[in-house]
Amino acid sequence: MKQVPWVTRVRRGLTALLFAVVAITLWTPSDSRAEYGDIVINNYADAAGMRPAIFPHWFHRIRFRCKVCHADLGFQFKAGGNEITMLKIIDGQFCGACHNGEVAWSVENCDLCHSGKPNTPTQVHESTIQKLAVPVGQGGSKK
Amino acid sequence: MTRRIPTLLLTVFAATLFGSAPVIAQDAKGKPAPAAPAAAAPAAAPAAAAAPATDVNRFNRLLKPANQRNLPPMQDGIHDPGSEGTAALMPPLSAFETLPRSNAGNRVNWVKALEDRAINPRWDRVDANAAPVVMDLNIVREVKGSMPDVVYPHKQHTEWLDCSNCHPAIFIPQKGANQISMAAILLGQKCGVCHGKVAFPVSECRLCHSKKKDGPVARSGQ
Repeated sequence: MKQVPWVTRVRRGLTALLFAVVAITLWTPSDSRAEYGDIVINNYADAAGMRPAIFPHWFHRIRFRCKVCHADLGFQFKAGGNEITMLKIIDGQFCGACHNGEVAWSVENCDLCHSGKPNTPTQVHESTIQKLAVPVGQGGSKK
Repeated sequence: MTRRIPTLLLTVFAATLFGSAPVIAQDAKGKPAPAAPAAAAPAAAPAAAAAPATDVNRFNRLLKPANQRNLPPMQDGIHDPGSEGTAALMPPLSAFETLPRSNAGNRVNWVKALEDRAINPRWDRVDANAAPVVMDLNIVREVKGSMPDVVYPHKQHTEWLDCSNCHPAIFIPQKGANQISMAAILLGQKCGVCHGKVAFPVSECRLCHSKKKDGPVARSGQ
């Protein structure tokens, strides 16, 4: 079955166009949607060529009370204020106190934490201060 | 031929999506399809209009609609859908199904969830049986404005937190020693260290401002 090349080209173009439309419909460019209290930590990740890490508070507070991390493990109440590095984690500090293959899955599951969109700045997602600090005209969330 | 099969399938799939039967018919015969671009253009227009973000005059423009809350990581806007890990993460709603709901934040009433034992978070990293040291002491703070006074319950807070989390760095444990304002809270200080970030935000006024004033302000308001 011989095809005229331009038919194939038109078809490919069509397919691409339709997929773009579907993609735009499904992923509308509204922004501030992640879960309340999700922490994006991007102190070093971007510079190291990794995706930023995202810490979901909601998931952890179902399993641990605030005190376990914020008193016992020494996490300060400040996004990006703890200067967490992979070396410290592997040494059993911060996330590494649990993410060691015993209490929770261990550090070789890079993508489970480092799953943020590249270049997302360190932030407490959906926080009041984040909403206050962004002018309404910008959509209220790009930060 | 084999190389073209995916392209054909995709086109048929996409065409079916938008109900443009003529395109399929032409494809099936393997004829050139000069009408195809024309057919695609009107199909694309309604699809774009259906996207809610494009309607600038929609009701409650700045509010997040209910179907945009608690989205799974693939769609939540900060997780990278291209990352393998994102697909493995738990969608929040599946965890929240059995929990009491609230009107702000995660839309989960975490305090009630703990009280009702809908969740049983550990007090110790490894010891599942460790129990918190709960302190039942209400602090009433008289506020200057016409809002009801603030009742701060140590009980609900010590269920989650250790004394050292707040004292003495955030709150000096002494009556009258702490100046708290809504402005400070909004900027993430004092109560705002947690409330507005992980605990319920300031939109839930009456959860804190819950004690009617005895003075004339309260009476005239009734």
